[in-house]
Amino acid sequence: MRLFLTLLARNRLAVFGAAVLAFVVLVVLLAPLLPLADPDVTSTGDRFLRPLGGGPLLGTDHLGRDLLSRLVWGTRLSLAVGVAAAVLAGSIGAAIGVVAGYFGGSIDNVVMRGVDMLMAFPYILLALAIVAALGPGLMNALIAVAAVNVPFFARNIRGITVGIAHKEFVDAARLAGMGHGRILISEIVPNVLPVVVVAMSTTIGWMILETAGLSFLGLGSQPPQADLGSMLGEARAALITAPHTSVVPGVMILLIVMSINLLGDGVRDALDPRLRSGALSRPMAATLVDRAGVPEPKGAGLLSIEDLRTEFRVGPRRYKAVGGVSLSLAPGECVGLIGESGSGKSVTALSVMGLVASPPGVITGGAVRLEGEDLIGAPYGRLRSLRGDRVAYIFQDPLATLHPLYRVGDQLAEAIRVHHPVSRAEAGARAVKLLADVRIPNAEARARAFPHELSGGMRQRVGIAMALANEPEIIIADEPTTALDVTVQAQILSLLDDLRRKRGLAILFITHDFGVVGQLCDRVAVMYAGRIVEEGRTQEVLSAPAHPYTKRLIACVPELGGGRRRLEAIPGLPPAVDALPAGCAFAPRCAKADAACRAGEIALAGTGRKLRCLKPEVIA
Amino acid sequence: MGGYIVKRLVSAVPVLVGITVIVFTIMALIPGDPATAILGSYATPENVERLNRELGLDRPLVSQYFIWLGNLAQGDLGRSFALNRPVLDEVLERFSATLVLAGAAFVLCAVTGIAAGVVSAARQYGWADKAITVAVILGISVPSFFLGMMMILLFAVRLRWLPVSGMYEIYGGGDLKDLLRHLAMPALALSVVATGVIARLTRAAMLEVLRQDFIRTARAKGVGEGRVIWGHALRAAMVSVIPVLGIQAGFVLSGAVYIEMVFQWPGIGRMLVDAILKRDILLVQGGVVFVAGCYVVFNILVDVAQSLLDPRIRT
Repeated sequence: MRLFLTLLARNRLAVFGAAVLAFVVLVVLLAPLLPLADPDVTSTGDRFLRPLGGGPLLGTDHLGRDLLSRLVWGTRLSLAVGVAAAVLAGSIGAAIGVVAGYFGGSIDNVVMRGVDMLMAFPYILLALAIVAALGPGLMNALIAVAAVNVPFFARNIRGITVGIAHKEFVDAARLAGMGHGRILISEIVPNVLPVVVVAMSTTIGWMILETAGLSFLGLGSQPPQADLGSMLGEARAALITAPHTSVVPGVMILLIVMSINLLGDGVRDALDPRLRSGALSRPMAATLVDRAGVPEPKGAGLLSIEDLRTEFRVGPRRYKAVGGVSLSLAPGECVGLIGESGSGKSVTALSVMGLVASPPGVITGGAVRLEGEDLIGAPYGRLRSLRGDRVAYIFQDPLATLHPLYRVGDQLAEAIRVHHPVSRAEAGARAVKLLADVRIPNAEARARAFPHELSGGMRQRVGIAMALANEPEIIIADEPTTALDVTVQAQILSLLDDLRRKRGLAILFITHDFGVVGQLCDRVAVMYAGRIVEEGRTQEVLSAPAHPYTKRLIACVPELGGGRRRLEAIPGLPPAVDALPAGCAFAPRCAKADAACRAGEIALAGTGRKLRCLKPEVIA
Repeated sequence: MGGYIVKRLVSAVPVLVGITVIVFTIMALIPGDPATAILGSYATPENVERLNRELGLDRPLVSQYFIWLGNLAQGDLGRSFALNRPVLDEVLERFSATLVLAGAAFVLCAVTGIAAGVVSAARQYGWADKAITVAVILGISVPSFFLGMMMILLFAVRLRWLPVSGMYEIYGGGDLKDLLRHLAMPALALSVVATGVIARLTRAAMLEVLRQDFIRTARAKGVGEGRVIWGHALRAAMVSVIPVLGIQAGFVLSGAVYIEMVFQWPGIGRMLVDAILKRDILLVQGGVVFVAGCYVVFNILVDVAQSLLDPRIRT
C-alpha cells in the first residue's frame, strides 16, 4: 500500500488530477455553505452579462441567472449522478459477474450470452432506447447510463471470479461445508471488491460524460434543475452571441473528466508491476554505446571482439553482463562460446551487431572489428547494411523469432531484398532454393506456410536458411538447438556442420552444452559471470580442462554408456553481476579456492590455450 | 477462409434475434397506451380501441413480438405517426447521412489514432511521445459536443472558414465540395475521443510487440528501422488494435447523435432524439433495431478482417 502511494505520488499528472478533483469535490460539498447567489433566481434585465464584467464573477445566462452559482450546483449534480451511476452499474454488474463466474456451467452460459447481446449494441444507442422507454428525466438518464455499463462490469468481474473460484481456499471452504451464499460473501466478494472499486472509480469519468451527454440532448435533467450537460444544452442556442455560457460548463466537464482520467491512469500504472521494472520500454534499433575509449586493434582474423563490455542499466543498478571479453574468429572457423545461463554469452553474441535490447543494455567499452572495421562505434546505417549480409544470426526459439503473420518464404525473400535489388519473384525463387538447401522437403509448398504451421525442427531450418540468405561470412548461432528435441538437434547440428564446410562459413556458436561443442567447434571459450575463464582447442579443453569451472561443466554432460558415473551439479549459484566479488568470480563455488583467489584481479594468461585461474586442474 | 465467414455469419443470427428481443422488451416497458399517445388524450375510447386493434396491440406480448419480427424480416418497420411516412424510408434516409458522418470520422480516427500510437511508441519518452500523450489525455476527456461548439466558434464564427451547420448549402449546394466543407468540423469533432483511445491502445500494443524476439530477428537480418516499425511491428500490433477499432466504430456511430445535434446534421441520431421527445415509438424502435443490426454486421466484417490478418485464428 505504501509502495503504491509512493508510486502514485511520483506520477505528476496523477497528482495534478487528484488535486483538481479534490478541489472540485470540496467546493461542491461546501456549496450550501458558500456565499453563492440562488442558482434559480431569474433576472431578465441582466441577461448574458459577461464574466469578470463587474457583475457576477462568471456572468449570467440567458435568464439572467448567476453562472458561478449554477456552475457549482450543476457540478454537484453531475458528480453525484456520475458517482451514483458508477456505483449502480458496478454493483449490479459485479453481482452478475460473481454469480456467473462462481456457478459456471449453464448459468454462466445464459448470463454471459445476454451480456454479449447487450454489448452488441452501440453504447449510446442502448441508453437512448432506455430513455425512450422510461421518458426523459435525470433519474431515467442515470438508470440508462448505469444499465449500459452493467455488461462491462459483469464481463470483467466474471473473469476474475472464475480465477478465484478454483483456488484452494474456496475448495477448502466448500469441503468445510459452507453453503454457496456464505462462500460468495466471505471468500469471493472480499477478493473481487478491490477490482470492482478500481474499475468503478476509473469509469466515473465516463458516467459523468454520458449523463451530461443525455442532459445535453434534453433527455436528462429537466429545467429548472440543471446539471453541466443541460447547462451546455441550454446555452447552445446562444452559442454565437454569448459564448461564455457554453464555455463555463463545457470547461468544467473537461476538467472533471480529465482529472478523473489522469488519476485513474496513475492508479492503474502504479498497480501494474510491469511498468515498475521498466520492462515496457521498447528496444531501439541499435544498442546504445557509451564508451570512454577505443582499444588499439590487436587481434587479427575475420571478426575480433576486443575487451567488450556490455551492461544493463536498470535505475541506479548496473548489471555487468559482459565484463571485458576478447575473442577472435578466423575465416571458416567454428568457435564455441559456452557457459551457464546468465554468464553473458548471449549478450556477447548480440553485442557484435548492436542487437542487445537497449534500454536497458549499453555497450560501455571495447571494440568489435570486422576485418579491422570497428562495429561498435559504427553509425546505424552502416550497421544495418552489414546485419544479415556479412554477419547473420540464428536464434534460439524459432517460433518466437520468426514473424508469426508473414509466410516463411516472404520472410526469407525480405532478407534478400533488404540487401540486394532483386525483383519480388526472383527473391521468392531464391527463398525456395534456400529452403531446399537446408533440406526442407517440398520447399515450394513450405515457402507458403506460416511459422505456426511448421514443426520446431522445420522452423529452425527456416531460421538457418534466413541466416544463409545473403551468403554471409559469419554466422552467430545463439543456442540454435536448445529448444529442439535430441534427434532434431542432431540433424540441425550436422546440417550446420555441412554448410560450414561447403561454404567456408565462420561460426560463433553459443551454447551451454559441451556435448554440442564437441561435435561442431574447432575452439571453445568458457564464460563465467561475464568473462572468459578458459579458452583453447576443443579437444584439448575437453580432454584436459584446466579451470575448475570448466571441469565441473564437462562433468555435467551425460555420456552414453557411462551410466555408472554420477552426474554432478555444481553447488551454489553464479554471482549476481551487479555485485561481483573481487578476484575470481567462481571462488565462492570452488573447492580449491584460497585467499589469493579472492584477493584481486586474475589475468587471462597464455596464448592459444588461455586460462584465468591460480589453481589450475592441470598445467596448461 | 470461406468457411470461417459462414461460421461467423451463422453465429450472428442469435445475436440479431437477441437484439430484437431486447429492443422489443424495452419498448414494451413503456408505460401507458401507445394508441392514446398517438391519438392524444382527447381521443374517444372507441377510436383508441380501433387503433389498438389495427396496431395489433390487443394481442399478447409474445405474439405481438412475432408479428413485429415477421414484418421486420419483410422490411416493414411500421409507420411513423409524427412524420406520417414509413419508418424504413425515414430510417434509411437518415442513416445514410449518419454513415457519411460516422464513416468519415471513423477513417479519420483510425488513421490518425494508429499513426499517432506508432509514432508515440517508436519515440517512447521523446518529445513526440510526450506531446501525443498530452493530446490523447485531452482528447479522451473532452465531451465531443462541447468540442464541436468550440470549433463552430473558432472556424465558423471567428475565422469564417467553414459553414456553421447542416449537410449542404440550402441554395446552390449539393456537390461533393459542399459536402466536404460541411463535413469537416463534425467529422473531426466526432473522431477526437476515438482517436485518443486508438492512439493509446496502439502505443501499448506496439511497445508490447517491439520487445518480441521476431523484431530482433528482423533487425538482425538488416531490415531498416522504418520497415521494422511500420511493417513488422505494426502488422503484429494490429492483431490487438483491430478489435478496438470495432468497438470504437460503435462509439463513433452512436456518438454521432451529439454531433448531429450540435451541427444540425440530418442523421439518425437527431431523428431518434426528436422521436423520443415526440414519443414516436415505432420510429425509435425501428431506428434502434436498424442501427444495432448494421453494427452487428460491421463487427462481422471486423472479425473477417482480423482473420485475414492473423492466419492463426482461421480455424
